[in-house]
Amino acid sequence: MNKTTELFAPGHRGCAGCCDALAAKFMLKAVGENCIVVTPTGCLEVFSTPFPESAWNVPWIHSLFENAAAVASGVEAALKALGRKNDTKIMAIGGDGATIDIGIRGLSGAFERGHDFTYVCVDNEAYMNTGVQRSGGTPFAATTTTTPAGKASFGNLRPKKNMPQIMLAHGSPYVATTSVAYPKDMMRKVKKATEVTGPTYVHVHAPCTTGWGFDGSKTIELGRLAVETALWPMMDIENGDITGVHKIRNKRPVEEYLKAQKRFKHLFSIPGGADIIKKIQELADWNADQYDL
Amino acid sequence: MSSKLCIGGIVEPGSTVINKTGSWRTFKPIYQKEKCIKCGICELSCPENCIIKTEDGYYEIDYDYCKGCGICSNECPRETIEMVLEEK
Ligand SMILES: Cc1ncc(C[n+]2csc(CCOP(=O)(O)OP(=O)(O)O)c2C)c(N)n1
Ligand code: SF4
Ligand code: SF4
Ligand code: SF4
Ligand SMILES: [Mg+2]
Repeated sequence: MNKTTELFAPGHRGCAGCCDALAAKFMLKAVGENCIVVTPTGCLEVFSTPFPESAWNVPWIHSLFENAAAVASGVEAALKALGRKNDTKIMAIGGDGATIDIGIRGLSGAFERGHDFTYVCVDNEAYMNTGVQRSGGTPFAATTTTTPAGKASFGNLRPKKNMPQIMLAHGSPYVATTSVAYPKDMMRKVKKATEVTGPTYVHVHAPCTTGWGFDGSKTIELGRLAVETALWPMMDIENGDITGVHKIRNKRPVEEYLKAQKRFKHLFSIPGGADIIKKIQELADWNADQYDL
Repeated sequence: MSSKLCIGGIVEPGSTVINKTGSWRTFKPIYQKEKCIKCGICELSCPENCIIKTEDGYYEIDYDYCKGCGICSNECPRETIEMVLEEK
């Protein structure tokens, strides 16, 4: 007999230590049962709904990879037309690939139309479900199967796309960044996002044991390191103004974060690796300075 | 549950519970009640929701679903949960 009272049920097929399973648990804990969830293709959708099963104890609908925001718009419009919107929260939950790359056009349209829903990006920084291909969320210098580090390359050449800023540029009344490593911070932000009227956006940093190459017991530890090195700033942005920043008590050098993961391991052995690490440190320092972390 | 396709592909909520993921485990978390300060961090950190609060405010692990990831043990501030190799 299953003993938990959580809305995200066990028995799902996420890897041991899965970041996306934690994200789903926290989101449902934060929002409660009066919500409708839309999930595009990706790890979370695949491991939580192996037909004919579902881990979701709330109404849940699978969209295509590219159209979660459009489906969520339709759910909202339909509830309004039926006079049943009331307090029901609508949440679309997509991976970084689904959000930052392939679904960005539909997402932009949904925010432009101003639907009352929350979009949550669970960013594990690559296309995990199909075998760790690079996405717009992949950080600079990470090795992935489509940006392999080797003699000719140090890994991903491009910086991570600043998706929260793009969503902010749509005039969203609430945009926040958070991490599965800070459950209380994440739950507060997701809850708040669903309570604010209009299209709101939460970007969740999610360390993936399989795709990043670290032991499954360290999922939360790695998320904490990303925040403590200032590589992942956490904040609340309300009506365009930064209204809350997670302050770092003890800022750590980026090496501590990088060396804990296989996807950055090459930086410690290839010629010129030290220069790349220096550039990554500069990115962290820029964040710390820019956001007063 | 029938595995035949139904209209709209609708399935039962929470029905993954029929799949006992405890069989995935290599390391087994052993909870030592005497060291526990009831902070609840392990319960919150478990991706399988299989750390369950008991009536006395302490916890028990539901081994039917525990995949043995070790997050609970890694996050516990009191080293209350020990991971041991499980012989099957
Ligand atoms: C239109 C389309 N292209 C490609 C795919 C194959 N596909 C399925 S899941 C996936 C990766 C998803 O990546 P992301 O959104 O980052 O989620 P993750 O699995 O990393 O959580 C891809 C490429 C698809 N289902 N549909
Ligand atoms: S690959 Fe990563 S995101 Fe996908 S199920 Fe495994 S741990 Fe979760
Ligand atoms: S080892 Fe992982 S799955 Fe098992 S109880 Fe601990 S956190 Fe949960
Ligand atoms: S994290 Fe450790 S101390 Fe806290 S409730 Fe769990 S076992 Fe007890
Ligand atoms: Mg991804």
